[in-house]
Amino acid sequence: MSLLNYTLRIGDSSLILAQRLAEWCTNGPTLEEDIALTNISLDLFGQANGFLEYAATLDGVKTADDFAFKRNENQYYNFLITEIENGHFGDTIIRQFLFSAYLYLFFQKLATSKDEVLSALAAKSLKEIKYHLKHCSSWVIRLGDGTNESNEKIQSSINKIWEYTGELFELDQIEKDLVKKEIAVNREALKFEWDQIINTTLNQAKLMRPKDQVMKTGGSKGIHTKHLELLLKEMQFIPRKYPDAKW
Amino acid sequence: MQNGEIEHIWKLLNSVPDPEIPVISIVELGVVREIKKTDNYINILITPTYSGCPAVKTFTDDIKECLKMNGFSNFKIKLTYDPPWTTDWMSSQTKQKLLDYGISPPSNQTVCPQCKSTNSILVSEFGATACKSLYKCKDCLEPFEHFKCI
Ligand SMILES: [Zn+2]
Repeated sequence: MSLLNYTLRIGDSSLILAQRLAEWCTNGPTLEEDIALTNISLDLFGQANGFLEYAATLDGVKTADDFAFKRNENQYYNFLITEIENGHFGDTIIRQFLFSAYLYLFFQKLATSKDEVLSALAAKSLKEIKYHLKHCSSWVIRLGDGTNESNEKIQSSINKIWEYTGELFELDQIEKDLVKKEIAVNREALKFEWDQIINTTLNQAKLMRPKDQVMKTGGSKGIHTKHLELLLKEMQFIPRKYPDAKW
Repeated sequence: MQNGEIEHIWKLLNSVPDPEIPVISIVELGVVREIKKTDNYINILITPTYSGCPAVKTFTDDIKECLKMNGFSNFKIKLTYDPPWTTDWMSSQTKQKLLDYGISPPSNQTVCPQCKSTNSILVSEFGATACKSLYKCKDCLEPFEHFKCI
């Protein structure tokens, strides 16, 4: 059961962030960026699908769609950073940059998991995340090292979102047990390399790294911000209202 | 006999075009990984190009239809992620087909499909499909799509 929970945690973060990014469709600041954000969204939907399909296999009764469309917010285990609102383009880029840097390191390690399905999904996802990270990093630098206005705006984005990054490196007992079995990734150990990626890019972007403050946490326990409920309402509307609807 | 049958199926699937780039087949694209026969079932292993590639559903249906039309009914199609798809699986002939069709093939070097110049500028890291990005030729000034190298 803990492997199922672990798989859901991974899939949920990708799914919720994918849904968030999809909100940019037709709202991007330029056509190219509209396509970029929705392409990143599509990759994340695909990755989420792989993990939720595996969760369905582990569960034996529920399908991947059941997991996506029939759970309430307190049954979702995604990181809070994936559910917060898009804000302006700079906010979205900062969130994507911080989280892609994390996923990049996370999937690198998960690719060596003793669980063959998780490792295969991680190796696949990693190729895509690398590209997302590259894209977002270049935007962070362009906006940070751009005009005074763009620098101020994106600095305030990172100050605002920073409190959601602590959770990425916290382990609970479920994960600690799976780390011992060499199935799960020891996320605490990713912090050092993550700091390096973040610091290097922020330096280049002439941005200040925020001080570590009290961090928001709760995603893995199903405790979420108010934003997740609204996101799920929209994402789950059709399957909940018309349970037999077919594409 | 059995080997002949498997070879025949490879040939059949090599006639199924990629839903998004119809000038190459799904075999040439590298998404058909394995065809095997066990217990009278033909097992076909396929892999997506990108995790979220919407063409997976289409080419799965196309494989089913192709096999049924050719008299096969006992087959199973399974999705695999291991090893992850890579553009390295495309042959040089396949890459040439892409170039002739107007897409700069996967390589660290872009080639303008119009004038063959390698002097280009990146316009957009993301294109109309997950597997492509957008460039502009600095010599003939034409925009073109480049198949991302992954
Ligand atoms: Zn040209």
